[in-house]
Amino acid sequence: MSEVKQEYKVEVKNLTKYFGDLHVLDDISFNIKKGEFVCVVGPTGCGKTTFLNLLTRIYMPTKGDLYIDGMPADPKKHNLAFVFQEPSSIPWLTVEQNLRFGLEIKKIDKEEINERVNNIISLLGLEKFKKLYPHQLSVSMAQRIIIGRAFAMNPDLLLMDEPYGQMDVKLRFYLEDEVINLWEKLGSTVVFITHNIEEAVYLAERILILTNKPATIKEEVIVDLPRPRDIASEKFINIRKHVTEQIKWW
Amino acid sequence: MSMDKKIKLKLENISHSFVVNNEVQDAVSDVSIDVYDNEFLVILGPGRCGKSVLLNIIGGLEKPISGNLYLDGEKLQGSDKRISMVFQKLALMPWKTVMGNVEFGPQLAGVDKETRRKTAQKYIDLVGLTGFEKAYPNQLSGGMKQRVGIARAYANNPEILLMDEPFGQLDAQTRYAMEEEIQRIWQTEKRTIIFVTNNIEEAVYLGDRIILLSECPATVKQIYDVNLPRPRDTIHPEFLRIRKEVSENTDLAL
Repeated sequence: MSEVKQEYKVEVKNLTKYFGDLHVLDDISFNIKKGEFVCVVGPTGCGKTTFLNLLTRIYMPTKGDLYIDGMPADPKKHNLAFVFQEPSSIPWLTVEQNLRFGLEIKKIDKEEINERVNNIISLLGLEKFKKLYPHQLSVSMAQRIIIGRAFAMNPDLLLMDEPYGQMDVKLRFYLEDEVINLWEKLGSTVVFITHNIEEAVYLAERILILTNKPATIKEEVIVDLPRPRDIASEKFINIRKHVTEQIKWW
Repeated sequence: MSMDKKIKLKLENISHSFVVNNEVQDAVSDVSIDVYDNEFLVILGPGRCGKSVLLNIIGGLEKPISGNLYLDGEKLQGSDKRISMVFQKLALMPWKTVMGNVEFGPQLAGVDKETRRKTAQKYIDLVGLTGFEKAYPNQLSGGMKQRVGIARAYANNPEILLMDEPFGQLDAQTRYAMEEEIQRIWQTEKRTIIFVTNNIEEAVYLGDRIILLSECPATVKQIYDVNLPRPRDTIHPEFLRIRKEVSENTDLAL
């Protein structure tokens, strides 16, 4: 029996959330395979952040639950890593100490920590920056540290809430390529939330489209384009157009 | 660009520096730009390249170390009421209603109540906030607040509107909505707009011309004429081609 459950790394079942009378999420169910990269898009104000906060266990659902490897998700047992839109590095720790932080809390063996942190530093090309403090870095650099810190956890589930929201196109593509590189090398299971449809089509293996409040899954779109993806190709544009039509309110 | 374009504003050899930790840091280096009457001009550059400094110089908030500005051929000295500014961080007054914020400029200028109310109402209607005259800023969404900022700038009846990354803090979808709006507003009430952004897609969507700046200190790297019909389609092949061309020419500011 347990063999069958292993097919999915993460299972979300009937996730429902009310704040008082306000019905934010309505019976959301979906599964994520181990090592999958899933993007979640939806109209502004549809409840994406509430959705994310339920997955991180910051909020508890009104009904339904989140399972990892068939067990109810528990931050003490499972590694749930997340990256917010605002840089959240710890200001009094250096880049290297920030990268080590989560691993030390989880009391991972020191050798193992050294190895993982060095691996991330070299994947991100941060050798020159490891002794610097966050305030000495640009916003995009600080965000890269956080993303590195999240990947270093070897998370069961890595949640990202629009980490590149305010970055220009050029920088965004650079960082998106970097996140894909980390994901391919480390095999993490990623849920990436964004307002930006082009970004979703560029990154995801699968896109979940949410409806307006109370949010539920409107459609799943498989993106099986080869990487690196060509944003000007006809297939890419057709997917982008289709997803846009599903959520367009503006 | 046709030869009959009237030059509204002329920037001539503008340079500016700051002293940081006893070191001189150049922010703007020898920038010369002609801005045409009623054009939508976008100033595009990577993060922290000196774009806002340049805009502050045009707005008279900062005095350049060297160089001159001319409005309609006449030398500018400091701030001028023909030039009005919309900021990224909304400088709305939280204790004033939408109406109170929008009529504030004309009120300071001594315009009588009836006239300024009429002007303010016109621009509140123009930006699509009819019905929200009595609302306070904290009751409005990010996009709506930015609309108040735009109406307020218009209510001063400026000849030139300066916009410093006005949509920089909005989410991608609200941003598209506001880009459509600002274009509609500009087409309804033509003014010369100088719009600063670090967003390449936004620049190609809005600009008649794009002035691409280099990284710090800012110099003019290239000027693009964007001849696509409006409203522009962000997934049109020609749009994507221009976006790519500009992107490849932009300095990556990691």
